[in-house]
Amino acid sequence: MRMKPIARKSKKLEPLISVFSFLLLVLFLFISVTLANMIIGQLLNDFPGFEAAVKNRNVLRSIFLSLYAGLLATLIALFLGAPTGYILARYDFPGKRLVESIIDVPVVVPHTVAGIALLTVFGSRGLIGEPLVSYIRFSDALPGIVVAMLFVSVPYLANSAREGFKSVNPRLEKAARSLGAPLWKAFFLVTLPLSARHLLVGAIMTWARAISEFGAVVIIAYYPMIGPTLIYERYISYGLSASRPIAVLLILITLTIFIVIRILSAGWSIYDRD
Amino acid sequence: MIEIKALSRKWKTFALDSLDLTIRDGEYFVILGPTGSGKTLLLELIAGFHHPDSGKILINGKDVTNLSPEKRNLAFVYQDYSLFPHMTVKKNIEFGLKMKKLKAPDKLREISEYLNISHLLKRYPLNLSGGEQQRVSLARALVTDPEILMLDEPLSALDPRTQDSAREMLLNVHRKGKLTVLHITHDQTEARIMADKIAVVMDGKLVQVGTPEEIFEKPANDRIADFVGFENVLKGRVLSCEGGLLRIEAEGAVLEATGEAEVGDTVHAGLRPENIVLSKIFTQSSIRNSLKGTVTEVQSLGALVRVRVDCGFPLNVLVTRQSAGEMELAPGVPVYAQFKASSIHVLR
Repeated sequence: MRMKPIARKSKKLEPLISVFSFLLLVLFLFISVTLANMIIGQLLNDFPGFEAAVKNRNVLRSIFLSLYAGLLATLIALFLGAPTGYILARYDFPGKRLVESIIDVPVVVPHTVAGIALLTVFGSRGLIGEPLVSYIRFSDALPGIVVAMLFVSVPYLANSAREGFKSVNPRLEKAARSLGAPLWKAFFLVTLPLSARHLLVGAIMTWARAISEFGAVVIIAYYPMIGPTLIYERYISYGLSASRPIAVLLILITLTIFIVIRILSAGWSIYDRD
Repeated sequence: MIEIKALSRKWKTFALDSLDLTIRDGEYFVILGPTGSGKTLLLELIAGFHHPDSGKILINGKDVTNLSPEKRNLAFVYQDYSLFPHMTVKKNIEFGLKMKKLKAPDKLREISEYLNISHLLKRYPLNLSGGEQQRVSLARALVTDPEILMLDEPLSALDPRTQDSAREMLLNVHRKGKLTVLHITHDQTEARIMADKIAVVMDGKLVQVGTPEEIFEKPANDRIADFVGFENVLKGRVLSCEGGLLRIEAEGAVLEATGEAEVGDTVHAGLRPENIVLSKIFTQSSIRNSLKGTVTEVQSLGALVRVRVDCGFPLNVLVTRQSAGEMELAPGVPVYAQFKASSIHVLR
């Protein structure tokens, strides 16, 4: 249900709302000024540098790799996280709290630590990496990037899916079942469409987190370079002026994609309009 | 026919305990009980949403205890109607037809016309009124020709005026379709008006099964009496018993009642509020009980008015709005509360 703000003609705001509005402004400025300063600074002071980054194939390849690996990680996260969210939303079982806590661990672990942990499992001599080395290589390869992105971002999807499924009244599934739908049909025809918005928001957050990942990726797969790795490499080797145009380009591309997805999904899961 | 045999189920801190129940074909069967008594759990066990810890459920002689809900051919209408908000009314109604692969092109039109929802087919459920949602939910349930219609508090979310028409509609559906209906409610009036038979459930136990007359006129114990609407249940002691006429001392008053009890027995005297007559002056008549009191509260219930009278103990009385108006009943007004000896239901 879409909530509309109550239209107030009175010019006087409640003191609490005034304070909250001021804090909202502080938060908005904190984020937007930081980003806008970098973007506008780059475009006004060094547009040729930005133009060069746009035309540089290595830069474009790295940014594309970020987006592509992020998308793969998000799809895997959906495949694993949505069923996980459903079970956590619908059932109680011994150790449920522990499972929920463990799923949240990647959010709190320093990402370099996550990278090291992943290396010991998926590296060429790792627990899983070694037996699979003749079929799939994780170290310094796309699968390694995807695994690192997946590890740090999947909690966002699992949690969002869980909240989405929780928001669907189990009685709707029961009604569907009493009308002849087996559980899987009740899930796909009733529960899933009604949770779609949560899943979409979860997927956007997961993708955003995946493509912004640096710490875990750089440890397991420095090469091929994703956007953040390339920005770091340019910064270390050539300084701020060499890394900033790439950072600006990465921000503009991801911002555009997110805004487009938000606009396209604005009407999703709103059912109180004829 | 639904047969429930020694059905038990523990759920969280709650348990249904060894229930036996038979619901005959074509019966309008009401399960009546206070909130939290286990009514919905019982209904969901029959529907197959929970598995019993022990016992059996048979539908038309077939053991369905371990059958999944979609294979039981029951239709369920929930209190909140549980319409699918992302589907139009038409798609909601067609859902069951599609799931059961029933080819019945005229069914949708017929049921929509019958329940007067043809004009709503293109709309979404969240834009419908409570009464409209209920009719759609009923249409969705009935369109698949279920053997048994299960109604979970179907009237409780409706306003009083819509409740009347909805009640009428449910009874028509039952009569016309010769459908077995299993209806759960906590509302005594609803149960009394609608049921062919009533089962009273309290604390997970089936405490009485019978016709509405049996349940309401002869409740098996004081808890049932209190619950089913003997709003006046007075605890007392039998002073004398002569030829079936008991004199009972209760709450400082002496009441005369018909019934069987021994002198000295502790009994509960159940007195329905609609069986009490109020008058402003004492009149001699064949009525055996007349208590002097003062009106303490007057509460409008639509056509009726509930009057609370202090006779040394509180007594609830139901009178028509017209009578209350003509008698100018208001707090502080002295009245006589009169009732026949046969109006008192003596419970031991």
